[in-house]
Amino acid sequence: MNELSYREACRQAIREAILADPRVFLMGEDVGCYGGCYAVTKGLLDELGEERIRDTPLSESAFVGAGIGAALAGMRPIVEIMTVNFSLLALDQIVNNAATLPHMSGGQFAVPLVIRMATGAGRQLAAQHSHSLENWYAHVPGLRVLAPATVEDARYMLAAALADPNPVLIFEHVMLYNASGPLDDAVSAVDIEHARVRRPGRDVTLVTYGGSLPKTLAAAEQLAAEGIDAEVVDLRVLRPLDMATVAAAVARTHRCVIVDEGWKSGSLAAEVSARLTEDVFYELDAPIVRVCSREVPIPYAAPLEQAALPQPAAIAAAARALLGTAR
Amino acid sequence: MGGKLHLDHDHLLHLLAGMLRIRLFERKCAELYQREKIRGFLHLYDGEEAIAVGVMEALGADDAVVATYREHGQALARGLPMDRIMAELYGHVEGLCRGRGGSMHLFDRTRRFFGGNAIVGGGLPLAVGTALGDQLLGRASVTVCFFGEGAVDEGEFHESLNLAALWRLPVLFVCENNLYSMGMALERAESNIDIHARAASYGMPSEVVDGMDVVAVEVAARRAVDAMRVDGGPRFLECRGYRFRAHSMFDAQLYRDKAEVEQWKAKGPIVRLRQWLENSHVVVDDEIARLEQAIEAEIEAAVAFAEAGAPEPIEDLERFVTLDEVPE
Repeated sequence: MNELSYREACRQAIREAILADPRVFLMGEDVGCYGGCYAVTKGLLDELGEERIRDTPLSESAFVGAGIGAALAGMRPIVEIMTVNFSLLALDQIVNNAATLPHMSGGQFAVPLVIRMATGAGRQLAAQHSHSLENWYAHVPGLRVLAPATVEDARYMLAAALADPNPVLIFEHVMLYNASGPLDDAVSAVDIEHARVRRPGRDVTLVTYGGSLPKTLAAAEQLAAEGIDAEVVDLRVLRPLDMATVAAAVARTHRCVIVDEGWKSGSLAAEVSARLTEDVFYELDAPIVRVCSREVPIPYAAPLEQAALPQPAAIAAAARALLGTAR
Repeated sequence: MGGKLHLDHDHLLHLLAGMLRIRLFERKCAELYQREKIRGFLHLYDGEEAIAVGVMEALGADDAVVATYREHGQALARGLPMDRIMAELYGHVEGLCRGRGGSMHLFDRTRRFFGGNAIVGGGLPLAVGTALGDQLLGRASVTVCFFGEGAVDEGEFHESLNLAALWRLPVLFVCENNLYSMGMALERAESNIDIHARAASYGMPSEVVDGMDVVAVEVAARRAVDAMRVDGGPRFLECRGYRFRAHSMFDAQLYRDKAEVEQWKAKGPIVRLRQWLENSHVVVDDEIARLEQAIEAEIEAAVAFAEAGAPEPIEDLERFVTLDEVPE
């Protein structure tokens, strides 16, 4: 076991991918000289050179589209977008080109492209740098959407994403970069198909992903102290959803809380809830409950920002209420 | 591709044939649209044939093409098979894209034809990318990117020109300026109607050419591509022309006078070359008539091919949403 930061895991993954395959390169805003806006790529320009670590102008649509074109031509680009809010400037390229070309061309063209971006709130960056819009992308057929929440996933999801012949989006939560965790020496790869049970439990299933995983695990610990045994499922893959794992967990506990930093309306939590209702309705002993962000643009001031986000106390309270309802 | 241009009988007739092939194919498309064999949007290229035909003369098989939604002409000039284009317009599985794309989305991997793109400006970043990919993979290829003058107003135009110039990528940006972006006249949309001058502001060699003169287009395209093969950098070619037909089959053309259209038709690319060939006695007897007959026969065969086809089976609807491997 090695202790590693999430940021360092991301960096090692990029470095390894570029060294392993001459077709792989990274491009994005300030990934080179600056070292990445979240310091993920610090030092890589010096080691790997300007051809593999390419600083781009502030042209999200052009450099994302260029990534798609380079993938069409035979490269395996990694494109970094500073935050999901900025990715909206490249929405045309991601949704109208990357996601459609394989199907619309009748299978003639693949788009083996990886797009990494930061997501989420917690750093007091206000409403244009803090949103969680990954479910917008999870809506779109043709894309695979990943949310590494652990150091292990941050370290190994990239290689799996690059091996996928389809466009893959990786969402890195800004509050995870400084987090550290163990990296098992015996593990050298992860799948990008399955959700994973991060904490087994009998009484209630807490489903979450990304930056909400540590908060949900913290809530589970609070609940454990009260004698409530919560199971925590990390979705990991937001599209296509691994509902089999989630449904199996709910079938064990018969109660479910979904924790999602996105807004409740039209959220990924809504999708998971609807599918559980369709698939395992008769396993449920209580209504499904969602803990999501408050329906506001994420504000700057710390108390307001924190009040807008799902917190361990609210997650635990939701689980408690659910068990109360059922009893 | 490349090399010197010989303006002899054979070559000029070849250019005329290329343009006639597009014009007559699309005349048939319009007819088939009225008969409801073709549906959806159908954007015809009448009047602009010299641009696709002239530019494609400068390309080789290894070069890449990114096209627009008005791309039947670009596709035919690039050598995409007419019968499979027609089957695509019919929405049949025998079509180039199995009937998934239709008129606006013709793709052909074997000819490096990276699609008709129906988002105005959306193809420009892709073209920057295919040029980047080719450069990184050590290929000597260039990418030609077609777009209309309406695309100039999109942010993707400026982002893409800057990136191609900054990274010195071999993209030939070909602006098909037909004076109207759908119903919006050039002078009503542009603060500066000299489009090629805007490209020059990115430090990119930029030229403007009469888009109804196929020889002039070919000469300019060859000059640009030859230069790109030497220095690797991008070029810009504004081809000024006119669209004779409506924007699409739904367009009542309330925004322009019939007289204006007739004026442009009189100096159209086909009539102009044809008259010149006849008046200067470069062509003899019924050479052009025989050419037209051969094209009509090809069109007839293409229609028969499309008629004989069928829509893709519903069971395959979700096939290729994601791929199991990268097609090689």
